[in-house]
Amino acid sequence: MLRYIAKRFLIMLVTILIIVTLTFILMHAIPGSPFNQERGTSEAVQANLEAHYHLDEPMYIQYLLYLKSIVTFDFGPSIKQPTSTVNDLLGRGFPISLELGLVSVIVAIISGILLGIIAALRHNKIIDYAAMAIAVLGISIPNFILATQLIQSFAVTWQILPAATWSSPKHMILPVIALATGPMAIIARLTRSSMLEVLTQDYIKMARAKGLSPYKIVFKHALKNALMPVVTILGTLLAGILTGTFVLEKIFAIPGMGKYFVESINNRDYPVIMGTTVFYSAFLIVMLFLVDIAYGILDPRIKLHKKEAE
Amino acid sequence: MSLAEKQKEPQSNGIPDEWFRPLDRSEQDAEKVSRPSLSYWGDAWQRLVKNKLAMAGLIFLILLALLAIFGPIFSPYSVREINPPNQNMAPSAEHWFGTDELGRDVFTRTWYGARISLFVGLMAALIDFFIGVVYGGISGYKGGRADNIMMRIIEILYGLPYLLVVILLLVVMGPSLATIIVALSVTGWVGMARIVRGQVLQLKNHEFVLASQSFGAKSWRIIRKNLLPNTMGPIIVQMTLTVPTAIFAEAFLSFLGLGIQAPYASWGVMANDALSTILSGDWWRLFFPALFISLTMFAFNVLGDGLQDALDPKLRE
Repeated sequence: MLRYIAKRFLIMLVTILIIVTLTFILMHAIPGSPFNQERGTSEAVQANLEAHYHLDEPMYIQYLLYLKSIVTFDFGPSIKQPTSTVNDLLGRGFPISLELGLVSVIVAIISGILLGIIAALRHNKIIDYAAMAIAVLGISIPNFILATQLIQSFAVTWQILPAATWSSPKHMILPVIALATGPMAIIARLTRSSMLEVLTQDYIKMARAKGLSPYKIVFKHALKNALMPVVTILGTLLAGILTGTFVLEKIFAIPGMGKYFVESINNRDYPVIMGTTVFYSAFLIVMLFLVDIAYGILDPRIKLHKKEAE
Repeated sequence: MSLAEKQKEPQSNGIPDEWFRPLDRSEQDAEKVSRPSLSYWGDAWQRLVKNKLAMAGLIFLILLALLAIFGPIFSPYSVREINPPNQNMAPSAEHWFGTDELGRDVFTRTWYGARISLFVGLMAALIDFFIGVVYGGISGYKGGRADNIMMRIIEILYGLPYLLVVILLLVVMGPSLATIIVALSVTGWVGMARIVRGQVLQLKNHEFVLASQSFGAKSWRIIRKNLLPNTMGPIIVQMTLTVPTAIFAEAFLSFLGLGIQAPYASWGVMANDALSTILSGDWWRLFFPALFISLTMFAFNVLGDGLQDALDPKLRE
């Protein structure tokens, strides 16, 4: 197990290094350099940038210094907002994005698993078909499209819920629905298919023969094994939810990191783009690593396979 | 009673002798094959046809493709031509889907959007196919050291957040149709490569591969002629499911302002332009691109699901 963790950890570090290097190379590949005065930056900003990126040094020194600044969590100044650094923006925006993302993840997991279980238990009945229809629709409707339609109906036509901003739990409802529906649908489909497989196993028949209540069979015996495939895709789901926050924060005018990120893309505010990309990528890669480890711990068969293989 | 007597007996139980006439073998057709033998693809097709949802998806996609090709030709309006007096008109007999803020016909623009979405989706799937098949085929067939290194590379690429890398690439390369496809392909082939490798790994120890090897076939020939045809099922499913991912990515990027640039229309661009009109009640601006993005992704998803069931040999009855 320790070997497995160590190997995964190493891969994680390499992946982060690659994304850091990639941002560095790409930003220097932009014709005319993003840090040039032609971009209409003020003297003060230019001074900040030069100080941060050591533009007068040779390339490899720049690269090493860039690595150092990333390791020490210093993403440099913003071009468009001379008074703030990328760190300031992250500090302001990330907690809000995290809140939106976390609530959505929780909603998606709980509702997805429940929907999957119900569909599996009512296999090939109306409820199953309805649940799976919802699931395929949920996968097919892009989150930003869903968001606009939600605003149109709930905020404009019926005026029950606020259309934008992030100030009360009521404001969270629409963005969370828009963000959680896709992942919920994926989880529901996975839970259903693995649940169907698990429910035919002998130990479930055994539990039924023992006279356990259906509730106990599902939640105590079947679910534990049925959820293994769901754990494997949590990493990818997190990535989807995270990138989803970019557009949703734009649509709902939520002052999170995604909003700054989209603004920085439109303004070509390169340090912010670089910083956010590196920060989010590292965040995701670490999450992926944790999910992998969790899977290894949860599923004893993985350890066995590894030993056999070696 | 002796045996000879018994043989003379049958008439006694009332069954006429001619009933025991031996069957004329020439008329018998027990051995005849009444239907043409069913190939793997024929069987898969038959099961796909039975899946109504998947067929609906397929028919929708064919119609969409036809409209994407011919729709703009037959429309009296141009995609780019600005017509200020007609701005923001609701759907009517002249403009079936209404017009946008520059007076352009939304109906025409929607089929232009279909062109772009389908093109991006199909190109991304094709590029993924070529890179993924070559990479996965070599990795799975060679095995050992080469496989090990190639899989490490895949593992690292797989860890990279897809859309973030695409955004980064687009910021640098500048937004255009070509760069979107390139950016989507840079990390998109990894899934295909994994599937092909897994299949090749399973198949390469079969006797028919050994037979090929003993005839002296080269590795690449074995991969191409023996292994790939047997993995086409999962490959096709993967390609079908890549298309909606790519369509989503294009719409997402256009929505962020990194996609196709004006005056060309893609569904993502149209939705983005229409965002500001939500509050003014011009519902058609957003509704049509939204509807077609969702329907197209839905059609590809149900078709992919149907193909998965139809092509899975385990489900063959």
